[in-house]
Amino acid sequence: MLKQDLYTITENRRIANGIFGMTLLGAHGFTKPGQFANIKLDGLYLRRPISVCDFDENGFSLIYKTVGRGTELMSELREGTSLDILTGLGNGYAIENSGKKPLLIAGGSGVPPMYKLAESLINEGREVTAILGFNSKEDVYLEDELKALGVRVRITTVDGSYADKGFVTDAMTDELDYSFFYTCGPLPMYKAIRKVVKTEGQYSFEERMGCGFGACMGCSMKTRSGGKRICKDGPVFDSTEIIWGEEL
Amino acid sequence: MNKNSALSVELCGLKLDNPIIPASGTFGYGYEFAELYDINILGSFSFKGTTYEPRFGNPTPRIAECPAGMLNSIGLQNPGVHAVINEELPKLKKVFNKKVIANVGGFSVEEYARTAALLDECEQIGLIEVNISCPNVHNGGMSFGTDPKAAAEVTAAVKKATTKPVFMKLSPNVSDIVAIAKACEDAGADGISLINTLLGMRIDLRRKKPVLANKMGGFSGSAVFPVAVRMVYQVYEAVKLPIIGMGGVSSADDVIEMMLAGASAVQIGAANLVDPFVCKDIIETLPAAMAKYGINNLKDIIGGAHNG
Repeated sequence: MLKQDLYTITENRRIANGIFGMTLLGAHGFTKPGQFANIKLDGLYLRRPISVCDFDENGFSLIYKTVGRGTELMSELREGTSLDILTGLGNGYAIENSGKKPLLIAGGSGVPPMYKLAESLINEGREVTAILGFNSKEDVYLEDELKALGVRVRITTVDGSYADKGFVTDAMTDELDYSFFYTCGPLPMYKAIRKVVKTEGQYSFEERMGCGFGACMGCSMKTRSGGKRICKDGPVFDSTEIIWGEEL
Repeated sequence: MNKNSALSVELCGLKLDNPIIPASGTFGYGYEFAELYDINILGSFSFKGTTYEPRFGNPTPRIAECPAGMLNSIGLQNPGVHAVINEELPKLKKVFNKKVIANVGGFSVEEYARTAALLDECEQIGLIEVNISCPNVHNGGMSFGTDPKAAAEVTAAVKKATTKPVFMKLSPNVSDIVAIAKACEDAGADGISLINTLLGMRIDLRRKKPVLANKMGGFSGSAVFPVAVRMVYQVYEAVKLPIIGMGGVSSADDVIEMMLAGASAVQIGAANLVDPFVCKDIIETLPAAMAKYGINNLKDIIGGAHNG
């Protein structure tokens, strides 16, 4: 449920190459992993959507990659700063679909929502495996935190500087046993994943957004059940709903 | 609900508790916002631009950041007039007990008229706002709003198709806004809405290509406010019709300024996307803003900035 409020930054620090972690204090609207926050920043007109990494009754945390002016401005904010944020946006992952052995697949800046997702699944007694793909050793983050939750974590790096050399799909071997998959990452990764997955699953999409709460139709996507708003009907969509046409 | 008669205004017999109207395309068909606050506090709202057939709209990205504003190239995504009548309006009725403004888009004079004729039978609709100014579709939209003759043709055809008041929504992308407004007035329009978005473009420096998939889009947000005030002022001088003023309005002060320029009611567009509670905030802060500027009744200030 959407909630707008001012949230106080209690931590904002670099955790990997170009990757920052921000913790914010205040009552929020997050109820499911895979939802996102939409952040008002001084000097920018539109809010910036960032997926939620973790949340509890006191606040929430975001992990973001500096890719443009919005995230660059975010990375410069000091602890104690208040931010106007819309929280609790988007549908989030459906953890009830997971079966006994869910597989999480994430690449680069798609890794953050996997934390709360893994925690929620483990709390439901699921046996969780995560495959995380990065470019290089200095890009790796959340590995230890996911392991601490009890997730079986496999890492791939494109240049082979850490763990297994290759892409996430190289770790998706025939022997890998899973009941359902959840993924977040770039579109080329999705296109590779969908060719090798053995089960149904859920993909999280991103797009340039106007509002983030379903009003402007800025982030529409065609699905098997018609045009959907990535911000409101998504960002998470069932694999059976997605049309892998020329637009995707 | 606060029924403060000092805030009430009228558009062709349609009484509004206050002049605040969320603009078409920034408020969907109402119920996303009804989850956030009681939308019955609004004067009215203008629903998402509706065409005869359903439309998916343009490819994404459709949104770009700008200084003090944004570009959009949605391209009139909507479920089509039949779905609006059969699904959206019944859903809206549960959360909104006032008259809504039906925003109509089209690609031919006949399409505008056909869509308006169907909406004419909906008792929930208080007036019809005809979008002849969408910059994001080809062979339609703005092409009708940049030529006085075409604007007059659409006006006359829609007037013939409906008994509801017809407001023509004009494009700022013209050299003579007054000529277009007058053509609409002469063709029988009951009112004028202005301005739609300004045609703009951003280029992504990393990709060295336009940000929007459609390349160009409509510029809106606080940056366009002075352009909107100027055009409302010019049109007020030239025509006798009531005006709904819009373009970059984002505060109670902006509403007062727009009314002084000549608007009888005011629409709020892009600001809704950035702050979903902005219309509620404006309605709540209007009385204090009126007191600050010595205004007892909003009706008294319409066109107040004009001489004589």
